Amino acid sequence: MRIVCPFCGARDAQEFSYLGDASLQQRPDTPAGAPLDDAAHAAWHDYVYLRENPPGEHTEFWYHASGCRQWLKVTRHMRTHAISNVEAARPSSLRGAA
Amino acid sequence: MRYSILSVLGQALKGQKDWKPVWRDAEPKPAYDVIIVGGGGHGLATAYYLAKEHDIRNVAVVEKGWIGGGNVGRNTTIIRSNYLLPGNIPFYEKSMKLWEGLEQDINYNAMISQRGILNLYHSDGQRDAYVRRGNAMRLHGVDAELLDREGVRKMYPFLNFDNARFPIHGGLLHRRGGTVRHDAVAWGYARAADQRGVDIIQNCEVTGIRVENGRVLGVETERGFIGANKVGLAAAGNSSRVAAMAGLKLPIESQVLQAFVSEGLKPLIPGVITFGAGHFYISQSDKGGLVFGGDLDGYNSYAQRGNLPVVEDVCEGGMALMPAIGRLRVLRGWGGIMDMSMDGSPIIDKTPVDGLYLNCGWCYGGFKATPASGFCFAHTIARDEPHELNAAYRLDRFRTGRLIDEKGVGAQPNLH
Ligand SMILES: Cc1cc2nc3c(=O)[nH]c(=O)nc-3n(C[C@H](O)[C@H](O)[C@H](O)COP(=O)(O)OP(=O)(O)OC[C@H]3O[C@@H](n4cnc5c(N)ncnc54)[C@H](O)[C@@H]3O)c2cc1C
Ligand SMILES: [Zn+2]
Repeated sequence: MRIVCPFCGARDAQEFSYLGDASLQQRPDTPAGAPLDDAAHAAWHDYVYLRENPPGEHTEFWYHASGCRQWLKVTRHMRTHAISNVEAARPSSLRGAA
Repeated sequence: MRYSILSVLGQALKGQKDWKPVWRDAEPKPAYDVIIVGGGGHGLATAYYLAKEHDIRNVAVVEKGWIGGGNVGRNTTIIRSNYLLPGNIPFYEKSMKLWEGLEQDINYNAMISQRGILNLYHSDGQRDAYVRRGNAMRLHGVDAELLDREGVRKMYPFLNFDNARFPIHGGLLHRRGGTVRHDAVAWGYARAADQRGVDIIQNCEVTGIRVENGRVLGVETERGFIGANKVGLAAAGNSSRVAAMAGLKLPIESQVLQAFVSEGLKPLIPGVITFGAGHFYISQSDKGGLVFGGDLDGYNSYAQRGNLPVVEDVCEGGMALMPAIGRLRVLRGWGGIMDMSMDGSPIIDKTPVDGLYLNCGWCYGGFKATPASGFCFAHTIARDEPHELNAAYRLDRFRTGRLIDEKGVGAQPNLH
């Protein structure tokens, strides 16, 4: 597998580390220090333990550890492994590259 | 037909022409007491124990392909009971006990071979961890022996003891561990379940689960709707998909694991050996091929095939451990889709939907669990409550914090 890093170009997937499900970018916004009510508890459970796991297209985080050390959001098909999109996980990190 | 020495001799005299198919190719009935989704080892074992232990025989196993085409026919056939944590040890030991009596129980030769599994250690820290594991096993009545370097050398003189980075210091030997012919497990359970009235319905994909007012009514399939009082999901790598049909999102990622087999050799490796410094394990099949594997590819996949970096990594592990295999040719490699759970341990439980039960999260180690998983899942379905052996394998343990994480790596499945 090769991943076309928006900063470094096409690179061997071995240069990247895999984190997984990119639908989990936003943590539940419980105020720091506030006690967890049931809703917050459920939101954290879902955030930490549940995963999108579709047999088709999946968006996922990869970290370009042996390259630019940026987090990327990759859209990849689970049956063919074909990658249809790669973008910076945080749009702001693109600024440096432009 | 019951298999015995007489039936084998009788068939030999008849030129082997009289063998009958060992299970019926059943057409779906309109409804069943229980439908099991997935004709892998776990689904078939569940159906068998439903009939045998609970006298529930109006049961169908619905399989999208052919039975044995999933992970039950893709694994490296290792069985063992060398776990560390309280929820796991009694469950896997029950499985080992069931393996020990399985062939007589189902009247089928599964080539169960307790040839011993040896986990090597290469450092003092690793030795201490194995001492702890071995003691935990022995406290639960499971066999474990700590071998020093010379003890290992006596068993396997050809290993690379003096590897500069990873010298072998010893190993933890679990003599009752071993291998089983995996296809025979699927076929043997299928035959035994069929003989007790279970319908095995192949080439029939489940495409939906009908739920009304929070209660399961049956499954939609390629061949139409089939009603059921209870539905048990045992779809291994496809668990997230089938659970989603009932609106459930699971703590599961599907990932690919590869394995390999070499050309055939004369007997070389009598038992199972695992390398402690990298992920590599190996045994020799009765046909002579070396069967070996290593790490997951490490990313989500439903492709049933992996990539080359893992092939390289596994072969490097093999070369570090036993350089003698360097000239051997790899015959085949393949992949299977693992239902990786968030703590590396399985789930056998009820679900929030009445009459719907879940069996998943087997990661790369569910073959050894097949008998106990079927036994416990059948109990959970029949009695609508878990057996004490699967009481820890709850779906809500992630909510309550009662995780069973043997490796202690957290909710990152590619590290389990
Ligand atoms: C390469 C490899 C090596 C392994 N090595 C070992 C080992 O040495 N020891 C060990 O203990 N474990 C090992 N495992 C793990 C073990 O094989 C699995 O954990 C176990 O087989 C899973 O349970 P199963 O047999 O029921 O799965 P499967 O055989 O995969 O059964 C699930 C079935 O569900 C069916 N299905 C899925 N979706 C649907 C649907 N919608 N409708 C109908 N049917 C459906 C599938 O077709 C499949 O047949 C290994 C796995 C792999 C891939
Ligand atoms: Zn990069």
